[in-house]
Amino acid sequence: MKIKIFNRGICVCALLDTNPVMRKKCAEMEKNMANMINDETIEYVGILAKLELSAEEKEQAKSDMGRMLDYIDKLGELDTTDVEPVSHVFPVENVFREDVVINGDERERLLSNAPQEKDGMFVVPRTFE
Amino acid sequence: MSKQYETVIGLEVHVELATKTKIFCGCSTAFGAAPNTQTCPVCTGMPGSLPVLNRQVLEYAIAVGLATNCDITRYSKFDRKNYFYPDNPQNYQISQLYLPICQNGGVEIETEQGGRKIVGIHEIHMEEDAGKLIHDEWEDCSLVDYNRSGVPLIEIVSEPDMRSAEEVIAYMEKLRQVIQYLGASDCKLQEGSMRADVNLSVREAGAETFGTRTEMKNLNSFKAITRAIAGETARQIDLIEAGERVVQETRRWDDAKGESYAMRSKEDAQDYRYFPDPDLTPIRVSEEMLQEIRERQPEFRTEKMARYREEFDIPDYDIDIITGEKPLADLFEAAVALGAQPKKVSNWIMGETLRLMKEREVDAADLRFSPEHLAKLIALTETKQINSSVAKEVFEVMFEENTDPEQYVEEKGLKTVNDEGALKKAAEEVIAANPRSVEDYRNGKEKAIGFLVGQTMKAMKGKADPGAVNRLLREFLQK
Amino acid sequence: MNIANMTATQLAAAIRAGETTAVEAAEAVLAQIEKEDKKYNCYVTVDRNGALAQAKAVQEKIEAGEFSGPLAGVPVAVKDNICTEGLLTTCSSKILHNFVPAYTAEAVKNLQRAGAVILGKTNMDEFAMGSTTETSAYGPTRNPRNTAHVPGGSSGGSAAAVAAGECIYAIGSDTGGSIRQPASYCGVVGMKPTYGTVSRYGLIAYGSSLDQIGPLTKDVEDCAAVLETLASHDPKDSTSVSRADTDFTTALTRDVEGLRIGIPNDYLGEGLDGEVRTAVLQAAEVLEKKGASVERFDLSLVEYAIPAYYTIAAAEASSNLERFDGIRYGYRTEAFEGLHGMYKKSRSEGFGEEVKRRIMLGSFVLSSGYYDAYYLKALKVKALIKKAFDAAFAKYDLILGPVAPTTAPELGESLADPIRMYLGDIYTIAVNLAGLPGISVPCGEDSRGLPIGLQLIGDCFQEKTLLRAAYTYEQEVREHEQTV
Repeated sequence: MKIKIFNRGICVCALLDTNPVMRKKCAEMEKNMANMINDETIEYVGILAKLELSAEEKEQAKSDMGRMLDYIDKLGELDTTDVEPVSHVFPVENVFREDVVINGDERERLLSNAPQEKDGMFVVPRTFE
Repeated sequence: MSKQYETVIGLEVHVELATKTKIFCGCSTAFGAAPNTQTCPVCTGMPGSLPVLNRQVLEYAIAVGLATNCDITRYSKFDRKNYFYPDNPQNYQISQLYLPICQNGGVEIETEQGGRKIVGIHEIHMEEDAGKLIHDEWEDCSLVDYNRSGVPLIEIVSEPDMRSAEEVIAYMEKLRQVIQYLGASDCKLQEGSMRADVNLSVREAGAETFGTRTEMKNLNSFKAITRAIAGETARQIDLIEAGERVVQETRRWDDAKGESYAMRSKEDAQDYRYFPDPDLTPIRVSEEMLQEIRERQPEFRTEKMARYREEFDIPDYDIDIITGEKPLADLFEAAVALGAQPKKVSNWIMGETLRLMKEREVDAADLRFSPEHLAKLIALTETKQINSSVAKEVFEVMFEENTDPEQYVEEKGLKTVNDEGALKKAAEEVIAANPRSVEDYRNGKEKAIGFLVGQTMKAMKGKADPGAVNRLLREFLQK
Repeated sequence: MNIANMTATQLAAAIRAGETTAVEAAEAVLAQIEKEDKKYNCYVTVDRNGALAQAKAVQEKIEAGEFSGPLAGVPVAVKDNICTEGLLTTCSSKILHNFVPAYTAEAVKNLQRAGAVILGKTNMDEFAMGSTTETSAYGPTRNPRNTAHVPGGSSGGSAAAVAAGECIYAIGSDTGGSIRQPASYCGVVGMKPTYGTVSRYGLIAYGSSLDQIGPLTKDVEDCAAVLETLASHDPKDSTSVSRADTDFTTALTRDVEGLRIGIPNDYLGEGLDGEVRTAVLQAAEVLEKKGASVERFDLSLVEYAIPAYYTIAAAEASSNLERFDGIRYGYRTEAFEGLHGMYKKSRSEGFGEEVKRRIMLGSFVLSSGYYDAYYLKALKVKALIKKAFDAAFAKYDLILGPVAPTTAPELGESLADPIRMYLGDIYTIAVNLAGLPGISVPCGEDSRGLPIGLQLIGDCFQEKTLLRAAYTYEQEVREHEQTV
């Protein structure tokens, strides 16, 4: 299998290969990764996503995310200047419901999975200062 | 303070829409239910649940947009605003960022100087309300009630066109009036169906560019807004005068303490990662849909004022006040439709109603008495079955409890006594007991008659017609 | 009569004819589960008592003439990301280890209305993120054809259960190939319908704009029957499409005369295993012999589908999975400091590695300053990919190709390198981006005896064409096998 170099130095096709030489070459190329994710970014994304990573997981996440972003950068090869972004592929539009009450009191069922409940409410750590 | 400063204010006004159900599910929006009894998988963010837009929400939002001179966005979408907080069951709020339903509008307000100005509306978007957090002092935790979660809101974002608290209030009153006319919301500040976040910055008078702004939240009365604007203006000027910088941040106004504090925390990145909600379809507003909504638009204030001038013989000042709040206009028209004389109805609204509303801090939207009862009360006075002071007494009771005035007057025995004999007897007794006043009257002191009338009314326990008493006394005294 | 080996259509007919009962059927399949599932780990939850009770109730209704369809009394397995009222639904995640939904997904309700008997919930990659069913918090599922190999994923439990006779048919979900690829690896039929055909209400979302529920069955006839039952216009799902043409079983005719089939050169290139290639091309020949025209063409943009997909799916997933915060349901950590401490610890302990990886990536690509460069760009590429398919379907009625580049890898082989795992989805992913229907039909095995899948892709709403071609192929092969 040939090594195919994507735009910023990651060789994805080689990853498919089990040949150790290829793998090594690939690893070398990855050192030149374009998307260097630093500690601050991981910290910041952790705050956004509410995830707390161990030191080891952080290192892993830095390298994983950098590689993925390099890979995603491939999209940059395409000229999309006049292309409208599409979130729904079909033109399904204007889906509405009428303003009619259809739901009754389902409290007991909805609370049944709560880790902690009190007086018909969900208990959370205090939110007021 | 040597320099002159100008305050620049923009408003984000949230209005809860008066729909029967929530924006994305069929749960009731009725106020005051037991915690979490008006919830379902959708508005509690259960896994696998999906939102479907309430048509009425869209129609109200478009109606408000049309009434505030906005362009209606013909292709509009919902976006997710991602942030973690327990009152937000999905940890994202469905809102509109990229293609809000209404854009580029404005309303006219009166300025303090008596002039007029346009406050621009940057956009109006639809979104869902959050649940309610209650602090549990005993266990030092918070409790979440999702009854309000998913209640439809529109957020009206103004341009930074206001320069004083007075203009802010004039703008909000204008919005409230328009929205109440549409029936799209009751716009009660105290109950939170209308809320405002104030974006404020200061700059040296005459400066071209804006200063750094802060956003203040938790303002639930006009008084709080006025105080918060004064407080934040002073705080920012102090910072600038001291050579420090204003930080762009969200602040919470503590009205009791009269100060604001920053709401920021390390965990609060303010990066909402908006993206189009894939669970909802785009909205395409057709010309027909727009036309239908346009045709359903009610009579707005200007039209109503013109019609009142034409139809009713009441002063312009009364028209101005009554049409200023939709509930007052509704009350007026309903009572007149029941046969009450317009002038009388207007007098009751302008006089006792406004007095008690002010004294007891009641919003027009919260008035309890029905137009039927007001019309009955007017009929009772017109037919002289009760006198005016009894009528005021009855009205106060009616104002509190929407009591039926006929029934109340009957039960309490407040009807004017038309018994000639009893009245004559009372008058004679008063004349006999007050020789000095009688003397004074006869000597030309016209005022003395008032005292004698009062005494007679007192003897009659207020249940006489004061005019009749007056006539009778004069008759006796001329003898 | 070996019930565990029967198709749904056969079994329902036998029940209707009184040759067996729904209860016997449930008992037989439950016995099979008891016997085999220790080996394969297809199920997270087996609802033995519930299944028997349902079977009894269904049998009574069959006897009363209330149920007469091809699924009445037939036991089904449901992927564990599809909500079932009163029955544990975990998404194979620790974070939902104790979650019992208060409602049933619309797709499952449709099955129940047709007299299906729910056996239990099948194992999957955690939150459907994976291609091997190894990211499950409840241990990997093994491929019944060779237990050293993975069953594929993410609907690996469903595919393996069908292959092992641990259910008569199953339902799964497909976001980037999650039905078709495990079907291919396990040698069963799997279909992802056109986006919007089956209600997503009650499907725990991974990538909302890509997710679709679909059938995993023993043959094409069952596939059509199950899809016919699953499909409905659901007012609770805004993206649900109202279609009149869901009588899919009417498409089960052996006729591909004049059908124009295109094979993308891009699907036969580098990275495709030789044996898979041969099997797929042989399958094309079978259809050609029956009167279809087959030609090669350049689809283009194939290599952009994976990066676009991972951007969109990760972004949507990062938002969809925010609700798992330990407040209303699911796992909440024991000891924590403050609200945000609780969020972070519960989520970090509750989610597995692959899920966290995608949440981090998704949060990053949506974050301030990157939205346009990544997410918006991906949505534009999605538009281009859709256009490329539109161009292809102007020329062809069907696109034919492999489901996956290889047959099922061994356990542990893929996970070490995520990008490598993602590349395995190269032939299935574009179908989700374009919202198209796709089916995987067994088309032989490799030299190690591992099944190979043939993928047929149709234009939007062209499930019938797809089913007709798949049925024709299957019948031809069956006939050929019988004569040999």
